[in-house]
Amino acid sequence: MASDVSAPQAYGSVTDRIADIVLARSRAGGPGWRGGWRWRALFLATFAGVLVFFGASAWLFARGVGLWGVNIPVAWGFALGNFVWWIGIGHAGTFISAILLLLRQRWRTSINRFAEAMTLFAAGIAGLFPILHLGRPWFFYWLIPYPNRMELWPQWRSPLVWDIFAISTYLIVSLLFWYVGLIPDLATLRDRARTRGRQLAYGLLALGWRGEARHWARYETAYLLLAGLATPLVVSVHTVVSLDFAIGNTPGYHSTIFPPYFVAGALYSGFAMVLTLAIPLRRYFHLEQYITIRHLALSAKVMLATGAIVAYGYASEIFTAFYGGDEFEIAMTVDRWTGAYAPVYWTLMACNVLIPQCLWWRRVRHCPAALFGVSLVVNLGMWMERFLIVVQSTHRDFLPSSWGIFVPTAWDWTFLLASLALFAWLFLMFIRFLPLISMTEMRELVRETGRTTGS
Amino acid sequence: MAAGKTIPILPAGPRAPGEGVPDGLPDPRRRAMLGLMAASAALAGTGCSGPPAEAIVPYAHMPEAGIAPAEPVFYASAVVRNGYAHGVLVETNGGRPTKIEGNPGHPMSLGATDVFAQASILQLWDPDRSRAVMRGNDISSWEAFRQDLTARRAGFGRDGGRGLRVLTGTVSSPTLLRQLDALARRYPRMQWHRHDPLHDAAAETGARRAFGTAVRPMYRLDRARLVVTLDADLLRHDAAGIRYARDFRRARRGGERARLYAFETAPGLAGAAADQRWAMTPAEMEALVRRLARALGANGDPPAADASQAQAAAWETRLARRLRDAAGRCAVAAGPTLSAEAHALVWAINARLGNLGRTVLALPDRVPEPDIGAAAGTLGALAEDMRQGKVDTLVMIDVNPAYDAPGVARFEEALRQVPCAVHLGLYRDETGRACAWHLPRAHDFEDWSDALAWDGTAGIVQPAIAPLYEGRSPHVLLGLLADDVERPAHDHVQATWRAAWNAPAEFDARWRESLRQGYIRARPLAHDGGDPESGMTRMAGSDTGMDTGIDTGIGTRAGSQSAGEAPSPSDAASAPDAARLVAIFVPDPSVNAGAWANNGWLQELPRPLSQLTWDNAAFMAPATARALDVGTGDVIALAAGDAEISAPVFVMPGHAAGAVSLPLGYGRRAAGRVGDGVGFDAYPLQGVDPRGQPLPAARVVVRRTGQRHAFASAQAETSMHGRDLVRVVDLDAADVPQPSLDPPSLYPPVAYPDHAWGMSIDLDACIGCNACTIACQAENNIPVVGKEEVARGREMHWIRVDLYRDGRAGREPGQERERTLFQPVPCMHCEDAPCELVCPVGATVHDSEGLNAQVYNRCVGTRFCSNNCPYKVRRFNFFQYAEESELAAAHANPDVTVRRRGVMEKCTYCLQRISRARIEARKQGRDMRDGDVVTACEAVCPTQAIVFGDTNDPGSRVSRAKRSPRDYTLLEEANTRPRTTYLARIADPAARLEDEDG
Repeated sequence: MASDVSAPQAYGSVTDRIADIVLARSRAGGPGWRGGWRWRALFLATFAGVLVFFGASAWLFARGVGLWGVNIPVAWGFALGNFVWWIGIGHAGTFISAILLLLRQRWRTSINRFAEAMTLFAAGIAGLFPILHLGRPWFFYWLIPYPNRMELWPQWRSPLVWDIFAISTYLIVSLLFWYVGLIPDLATLRDRARTRGRQLAYGLLALGWRGEARHWARYETAYLLLAGLATPLVVSVHTVVSLDFAIGNTPGYHSTIFPPYFVAGALYSGFAMVLTLAIPLRRYFHLEQYITIRHLALSAKVMLATGAIVAYGYASEIFTAFYGGDEFEIAMTVDRWTGAYAPVYWTLMACNVLIPQCLWWRRVRHCPAALFGVSLVVNLGMWMERFLIVVQSTHRDFLPSSWGIFVPTAWDWTFLLASLALFAWLFLMFIRFLPLISMTEMRELVRETGRTTGS
Repeated sequence: MAAGKTIPILPAGPRAPGEGVPDGLPDPRRRAMLGLMAASAALAGTGCSGPPAEAIVPYAHMPEAGIAPAEPVFYASAVVRNGYAHGVLVETNGGRPTKIEGNPGHPMSLGATDVFAQASILQLWDPDRSRAVMRGNDISSWEAFRQDLTARRAGFGRDGGRGLRVLTGTVSSPTLLRQLDALARRYPRMQWHRHDPLHDAAAETGARRAFGTAVRPMYRLDRARLVVTLDADLLRHDAAGIRYARDFRRARRGGERARLYAFETAPGLAGAAADQRWAMTPAEMEALVRRLARALGANGDPPAADASQAQAAAWETRLARRLRDAAGRCAVAAGPTLSAEAHALVWAINARLGNLGRTVLALPDRVPEPDIGAAAGTLGALAEDMRQGKVDTLVMIDVNPAYDAPGVARFEEALRQVPCAVHLGLYRDETGRACAWHLPRAHDFEDWSDALAWDGTAGIVQPAIAPLYEGRSPHVLLGLLADDVERPAHDHVQATWRAAWNAPAEFDARWRESLRQGYIRARPLAHDGGDPESGMTRMAGSDTGMDTGIDTGIGTRAGSQSAGEAPSPSDAASAPDAARLVAIFVPDPSVNAGAWANNGWLQELPRPLSQLTWDNAAFMAPATARALDVGTGDVIALAAGDAEISAPVFVMPGHAAGAVSLPLGYGRRAAGRVGDGVGFDAYPLQGVDPRGQPLPAARVVVRRTGQRHAFASAQAETSMHGRDLVRVVDLDAADVPQPSLDPPSLYPPVAYPDHAWGMSIDLDACIGCNACTIACQAENNIPVVGKEEVARGREMHWIRVDLYRDGRAGREPGQERERTLFQPVPCMHCEDAPCELVCPVGATVHDSEGLNAQVYNRCVGTRFCSNNCPYKVRRFNFFQYAEESELAAAHANPDVTVRRRGVMEKCTYCLQRISRARIEARKQGRDMRDGDVVTACEAVCPTQAIVFGDTNDPGSRVSRAKRSPRDYTLLEEANTRPRTTYLARIADPAARLEDEDG
């Protein structure tokens, strides 16, 4: 068997290695959390971004969404593009954790924990954007069916209502899945923590895990069940998100290819983000033994596959427009190629279709630096794709008299960049306080690989 | 019975201004404070002395029963603009004027109004209006002014008022003319000057040449089968545009469809409506007039088919032939850029064709000339006298020459030589700031006056509210000047009519009758035909039963002027040919000549042919722009003589090459917060004729500056991209039903048993004047968003008038193939509304009568509805656009919710009017009838292009319109099944004077 873990390791060394990143950074081969200037700089930079994000949100609530470049006809702008992009990124985690678990892809073990964290943070940030996007965000709960004296319910035909359910379900299940998986590791940290505060904190979070056989049995069952629950969500969430557009009648929105195309796109960008995170992580925390080249290469293969589906989606949209003969669809397609947003279109084509073709070469798949570059390119391309769908479709629809243009304002960029900072900050907090690789599953994997290699 | 004098509303705040601010509360904001001050000032004016004993009388035809505070009261009054009255009804709610409707009985309104009348409500409530008497830069009082004046009057008494000058705009008010006359009698050496930046001096001279007396033309387009306009945009919103538009529509709909040929320098509404239009420079048009006159034998020569005739283009010959064929049933109209000779020739053409008295009426111009000598009475003469120190007291009434005098007159400089300049105006404008005294003028709706409409119909300008600020009427000022007694304007106006009618016994009844109907019956009350056109069919000399009493000694005219003869710039020799252009000064569709610059509704109203808002531009033809190597947004410098201005270019298809048109009225320096610094000021380039009157054109030299200017356009794209949006059918095919898709729908049909409201918009009638847009704005409390927001695409108009230029672009310059098409687009009120499907909170829903309703307080602002609206008629409050000041609240329609930030809004089919009609019908125990509900856009439309009603009633006007074969649905393939449908525009191929291939 190829190396899921690079060298035979003892249980203890796995636990030491991973737990020390959290509890005793200096022992894990670094300068310690407080001593590292990189950590400090990153922390301060991202935390500043977090403050900007919340400050900007407050200003947005005070003044109104006119801060952004949205207008009539382009009533949806960066906020919705960011939302779709982030929720797409949030797909890889569950895919890795749940579907690959059910498919018994053992290699997932070393990347599932941080991929799940990535999912959770990305989906959480994604969930913020539709609320920020509202004209009256303080009434966002009107989209939720709640008992009220006027007996008013949401309007069930609107895909935005389905969205609320899809996203909140996804968030809850992802959180549970991630947390349940963490429990044995939290207990490990509790046991290894030196200070009273940490013992208490990890102890509370570990919910009294004692490693009993009964605990393990229930844990395994619950984890599998949650995986089963999460699996359909991988498909459903982005399907529903795509319906936000596909239900609309605007050329460029109104397309039946959207559900599969969005799901594939989500996995595409999700795996790109996994690589974007994994490659620096394994380098700075010296985790090459755990996150091996094989993991990176497999992720690259998934990207290649999903990227092909996405490319098919692009081709299908163009084909349908001309085959269908609808003058508005054709005009929209031609506008993509030649209109105001044509540079975005061609860049995204290069980013999402052209450049990732280099992954066909084994040498590229096995070169972390190249993969890192490709993953950034795909992330960028996918963001542009979301932007193009949201903005370009509406800027020139049926009546030429109402055509307009969306020009992002400084606030649009602020929210996009600050959301990246928020994500990065959350992720930094995660690697600082929680084991970024599942120790439990890693030990299991070591046992299994040890058995196979030993025999 | 007459309602009592209306009292302005009290500020709603619980605190009186003097009480101070309780601890913990934020300071009241400045505007709120000003509002409070204004309202309390107005109260002080009425409260202390009690209401004056002047009866104002509600409009005659309103339901009299049960006038409750919640019900609007209408007063017939008039909006006086450039001297002429526009008959209107002022709707007041709780004593506050809130909306203007046209006066259906007034011959120049017939129920419609222009954009300015609609905007006059905002003008009335403008917080930037002058609020206090100013002496220099200090706040003063009327009492102080009176004392100062009394001291000066002693001087006038001694020298016969030699140093006293009065400057007014065009005046048609019999009372004002009578007062000026009285003043002239009292001080024989006093002089009256007139300055109106839009006064067509050449037309006046031309008419004098033709008739020997001053007349103005009034066209009866309803009787004309063939209309030729020569730079005369008859459909424009000037003194008679509303009536012309209605008459023209009537003539087009009649048995034999009327034809309109338009010759224009700058594209106008008449050209857009014309069967064929030609773009020509003023000089080319002059030549055309001469050739036409020769061909028609109007210049004294017999109509000979000589050699010169052969040179004329084939279409010209045809035009002359058609004019001859339609003799007596055609009209030729000449506009301001033509010379006096051309105007005289056009009169001769009309006379030769037998049009005079039939389709072209020559109304004696009752605006008297105060002049004795050739150049007296004009602004130029006044400025000259001022420079020579001959003027010591200058009283300026409702004029702003410091801004709108031609640059060469250097009026502002001359004004400094006048020791005592008095300015009475609505705003403390450029002139008000340069004067020793500035006096606030009462708005037309605040005090009594009278005025004539263009057709000579006299009317009383009735106030609908006590003066908000300390404003006084010009009548009060002139009374003060003549007699040193301050009498209310009411007395002055009544005195005029008492003398005119000369029937003391029936004066009260007649006065009351005049107030009720909004105009003065031409015939005695006994002969009550109720004919609204009475004032028009006869010469307006005696029909109002009065004489203006001013001796109009008309002197002989020295010199003549024509468009091309403006002073030529000294540096013209060095400039390349392409850079030498003829600039024509045109009134702006929104700010006119500048007086309306501080009006947000007008500034934000897209200019019909450019769709620009908040700006003017140097309009030029694509060929001219190419020759100059400039494009839309490039800033050019235009120089005439010593004056140079810079202006952004707007490339206007259909403009005459070699000319540039400069809309007046922008670049105001002291208009107020809204109008200051908007656009560029073209007046500095303007020259004067030998009599000192402004010229309509100037020769300019143009150069590029390399700078760019950002326009805020309401519509960037004017091509239909081959889409079937504005349908045009040929006249002979107009009765052939258009194919209808009628695609199947997944949604079950919904029955609307009671009423099913619908709308039909006749694109053949629409002239694109935008009156519907601004009427809707006034009716529905639609906020103004400002230039930056319009540039972002966030204008809020619920009904917009889309402009398309049909793609068959002219291959030869001057002969335009391009058609300009207009399409008003309100909410379509789709049966299967795409917006309703996607709203997550059900904030947009259908009501029981099929209206697509927007529930503002349920809307959370996802904006999905707008994305899903194929017509993009939904408007979103991206910021808190609605003003929250006291003044804004005072003129808001109390029946319409003011929308807050973050909610979507759109056309409601004037739901509040439907409700009111329903309540009225129920009170009378009957069903609603067709015509009970008239939407704001329908009411204001000069051509009655918009028809609203119940589609369940097969006899209703809207049902009949929808049965027309021309009826079609916009974007039918979207299968939204709109309630608003269109009637296709009609093209009349037989009307073209040349074949398609030229």
